[in-house]
Amino acid sequence: MLRLPPFRYVAPRTAGEAARILAGHGPEAMAVAGGTDLFPNMKRRQFTPRLLVGLRNLEGASGVQANGGLTVGALATLSAVAASPVVTARWPAVARSAGLVSSPPLRNAGTMGGNLCVDTRCNYYNQSESWRASIGYCMKKDGEVCLVAPGSDKCWALSSSDTAPVMIALGAEVTLVGPSGERRIAVSDLYGPDGIAYLTKRPEEVLTAIHVPDRSGWATTYRKVRRRGSIDFPVLGVAVAVRRGASRQVEEARIVLGAVHTAPVEAADAEEFLRGRPLDPETIEMAAGIAYKPAKPLDNADLAYAWRKRMARIEVARALREVAGLPTGDLPAIAS
Amino acid sequence: MNDRSNRRGGLLEKARIRLRVNGEEREVLAPVHHTLLEVLREELGLPGTKHGCELGECGTCTVLVGGQPVLSCLTLPVECEGREVTTVEGLAAGGALHPLQQAFAELGSAQCGYCIPGFLLSAAALLRERPSPTRQEIAEATAGNLCRCTGYLKILEAIELAAARMRSRMENASD
Repeated sequence: MLRLPPFRYVAPRTAGEAARILAGHGPEAMAVAGGTDLFPNMKRRQFTPRLLVGLRNLEGASGVQANGGLTVGALATLSAVAASPVVTARWPAVARSAGLVSSPPLRNAGTMGGNLCVDTRCNYYNQSESWRASIGYCMKKDGEVCLVAPGSDKCWALSSSDTAPVMIALGAEVTLVGPSGERRIAVSDLYGPDGIAYLTKRPEEVLTAIHVPDRSGWATTYRKVRRRGSIDFPVLGVAVAVRRGASRQVEEARIVLGAVHTAPVEAADAEEFLRGRPLDPETIEMAAGIAYKPAKPLDNADLAYAWRKRMARIEVARALREVAGLPTGDLPAIAS
Repeated sequence: MNDRSNRRGGLLEKARIRLRVNGEEREVLAPVHHTLLEVLREELGLPGTKHGCELGECGTCTVLVGGQPVLSCLTLPVECEGREVTTVEGLAAGGALHPLQQAFAELGSAQCGYCIPGFLLSAAALLRERPSPTRQEIAEATAGNLCRCTGYLKILEAIELAAARMRSRMENASD
């Protein structure tokens, strides 16, 4: 039996109270929402908090509200968001990315806030304690070197959120509640400089809500590459949001790549290139050729890294073709 | 190692947890860090829920909490208080197999059988929401359940057969 390390458990009613408890206990305490990411890591002893602060009972943090914009409670499950009629109709890329996370039972427990804060992943990190001991540990946990890039002074574990690239492409913000007040930051500012300090959220802050602006008039999508379509984390995610004017030329474009770096990567040069151009096949190919350049996949995830880099170009092109209404060349789903 | 770590720093906190399992109120005194899988099997004497990877990758420990499939290996019992927990032991009614269990048995959908409780519960939750699922919807609903023996085809066929029987039973009942 692979048991969790022992801990005490509290379930505060408000985010402020949760933040105060987290602040009071420092590194000994951790927050848990759905537990689908934290519990496997605790079983492998990546984390051994002595106090778990359960967020499940936070009041008013699990609903989905749409007025002009969309507010998603951080405790809303991924399956609830993926199945929400209003999210599916008005923010389809949000619903699609939530529905592509992991597998159905994990989406029933995993939350939107949890997916934005999901721990970075690496083949040298997501292993059992004995496996990591045998290889001498990596700098993300208990070791000193990065085993995928031994000359590097930073950790290269991959950002593995499916929803983060979409939220950044849509210009979403999050509410972070601390012990003595709250702040609201762009999702693009939520991510830190390396695979260890991968969040700018302070450890005691509790993410309570995600605010997505009205994006009517934009065409958006999210595409995901992984070995098994049934469950795996992304080895590549591509979120695209494009607004075109009356002349059908691009007025604004956002292209965000997931799982190619320690944080989601915005392909700013390609976004700039697209502005004022039509979304025709030739322009799309050129934009994809620019967009995939900042992808820096290393040999620390499933599938060959050179192939993952090539696929970034191909998937950006497919995503742009999708929002332009052009055929993507995808295979149809299993026939019933 | 686990027994030693359980005693580490006197952190063996037990909690009195009230659960509603397969329609029965149960109260257990269990360490708060024991998962629902451990409590079902070790405290409540319900070994039908199997432990596989215990890391959320295989789906063999799937149970229903509040009617939704979740992985009991990644669920804390204290977070299930006030919600109905259904395990494979709760599927049969009054000695009669659930139509899913009957169909799995008739079509030979189990080989080693280890993954089957999880499949049955994922399928039961699907059929409650969608009495006439397509093959694609069945495949998606059971995407979190791994089977290393059957190749899945007989499992998908059994779920379709059970769905058809449950529909005709509903139609007969409403005649």
